[in-house]
Amino acid sequence: MDLTLLLQLTLNGLIVGALYGVVAMSFVLIYKASQVVNFAQGEFLLVGAWVCWWFLTEWQLPFYAGFLFTLVFMTLFGLVLQVVVLRPLIGEPVISVIMATIGLGIFFQALMKWIFGVFAKPFPPIFTVERISVLGLEVQTVYLVSLGISLLIMAGFGWFFTASKHGLAMRATAFDQQVAQSLGVSVPKVFAMSWAISAVVSSVAGVVVGVVNGVSSALSFYGIKVFPAVILGGLDSIIGAVLGGVIVGLLENWAHYIDSEWLNWGNMFQIAPFYALVIILLIKPYGLFGTKNIERV
Amino acid sequence: MVAMTPAGDYRTSYRADTTIFPTRNSRIALVIGILLLCTAPLLLGRYELSLLINIGFLGIAALGLNILVGFTGQISIGHAAFFGLGAFTSAWLHENLGVPVMLCIPLAGIVTALIGLVFGAPAARLKGLYLAIATLAAQFILEDFFARARWFTGGVAGRMTESPTLFGFAFDRDETYFYLTLAWVVIMFVGAANLMRSRDGRALVAVRDHYLSAEMMGINLAYYRTLSFGIASLYAGIGGALYAHYLLFVSVEAFNILFSIQFLGMVIIGGLGSVMGSLMGAAFMVMLPEVTQWGAEALAGSAIDQALRLGASISFLREMVVGAAIILFLIFEPDGLARRWRLIKAYWKLYPYSH
Repeated sequence: MDLTLLLQLTLNGLIVGALYGVVAMSFVLIYKASQVVNFAQGEFLLVGAWVCWWFLTEWQLPFYAGFLFTLVFMTLFGLVLQVVVLRPLIGEPVISVIMATIGLGIFFQALMKWIFGVFAKPFPPIFTVERISVLGLEVQTVYLVSLGISLLIMAGFGWFFTASKHGLAMRATAFDQQVAQSLGVSVPKVFAMSWAISAVVSSVAGVVVGVVNGVSSALSFYGIKVFPAVILGGLDSIIGAVLGGVIVGLLENWAHYIDSEWLNWGNMFQIAPFYALVIILLIKPYGLFGTKNIERV
Repeated sequence: MVAMTPAGDYRTSYRADTTIFPTRNSRIALVIGILLLCTAPLLLGRYELSLLINIGFLGIAALGLNILVGFTGQISIGHAAFFGLGAFTSAWLHENLGVPVMLCIPLAGIVTALIGLVFGAPAARLKGLYLAIATLAAQFILEDFFARARWFTGGVAGRMTESPTLFGFAFDRDETYFYLTLAWVVIMFVGAANLMRSRDGRALVAVRDHYLSAEMMGINLAYYRTLSFGIASLYAGIGGALYAHYLLFVSVEAFNILFSIQFLGMVIIGGLGSVMGSLMGAAFMVMLPEVTQWGAEALAGSAIDQALRLGASISFLREMVVGAAIILFLIFEPDGLARRWRLIKAYWKLYPYSH
């Protein structure tokens, strides 16, 4: 038993899990508002991180300016995607919408590889202090900041959905589109807004991961790791998404620990969440917090 | 396969209504079409033949996915994993048990179908996006299994295999392998067309159209959803086995998620719920990267090429074109090439009086 390693991995799991939670939250946002399962969520991270990287290295902008421009770009990106690709597909069967987002996913992944190459590229250093010691564990500064950012985004979501006018309109649309429409909510606007917010929030996560690990197409795998998280938490629950993200983060790190200590199978880190996903789907497909869909004839 | 039905051709029995080839001309057209294809190895070069063979085995697997997605309304994002399973099973059966390759191909199909049934059993409870996510997980789990199971797949190094032989005649060149693929394509497509007019086939369509009504009419939902998964896997397995003995080498990396998405793309581009559409979709998906490459080669050396680095990034371009094709078809032609084909036929039927 290597207790330090276990602690370190638990901490990693919490931090990565919080990031998964943020991505899962933005995934759930789109699903709740517009009933679209977005298989291109990971590409939001990818595009956001590359665009930020491009601003910082090619244009030599300071971090805050580059980051701000990235957020503006991602807002437009989300809006355009929704209006151009997803809007014509409203009312089509689930399979078509899923396929359209999958198509978007491969399109943008290939486009990013084409423009920026296949190799991981590091961000210019942002923090002067590389590592901080917390309770005797070495933690990268970026990680701590990312945890802070994740918590901030979660709090922001909480405020947005309980107090702001747009957030309430979004919840109303998620509850019942026709009722929302009759109360003066513009449903197309809500759809577009949900995509824009989702793209922006995901890109923040993308930039954080990019700063830690460098930017590469591996980022889009976060979009796939989101599925275990959201299924665990329940597809239409924001709190569930956060919790599911943290659990998946912890799960994969603990699986890694068990693997490295006893099993030595290798690759458990990657695959454990998917086993969990299948098991959850069999036992409790609506997740921990999801609403159970009752069908009437 | 809707052929041109002459006016005044009344169907007087259910049998006549469900026949695959409604008129004599459609039967003749089919025979002539197959005969024409049989002369292809004499007329075409090796490159064109290899494209046709690719269309053949991918078309078989795409047809399987179409039975699942287009006819039963269940989605699967793990079809390439089953395709790979068929390829590895066939190679393994031949090498370890000494089964002749000709027998390995259908056996691989059956083994894949059985494993597909195992995966399909939980899928019977799920539908729509839950099933999509579950099969996505199945794709990663199977991929992980392929990389891990060295006894079965040869691990990272991959697995070599051999060409099929029949009574001492080896299908080891493109010219001969083409006939083998053609034979399987005909068997599998006629089989699927037949399935769709049987009770089981119509039950699958009923499950797709309204599963609650279907259940009320006495169709066992779990049974037919599982069955559809099994049939899809059977087709994937046979397609995969044909792939393995054509390339003579199977590697773990080939059967990734992108390949699965390409299968879905074939089904959507060809037309959901259309038997011949699957073949058209496969042809489209095989030709698309080739056409992209021709385009890039035509531009080679020009200013556009130098500005965009077309030559070096042709593989990314191909992926992009696949993604774009899926999206464009979904938006502009959701019923796929099969519908376009019907429209073209209808146009010529009335020519020159069609508007």
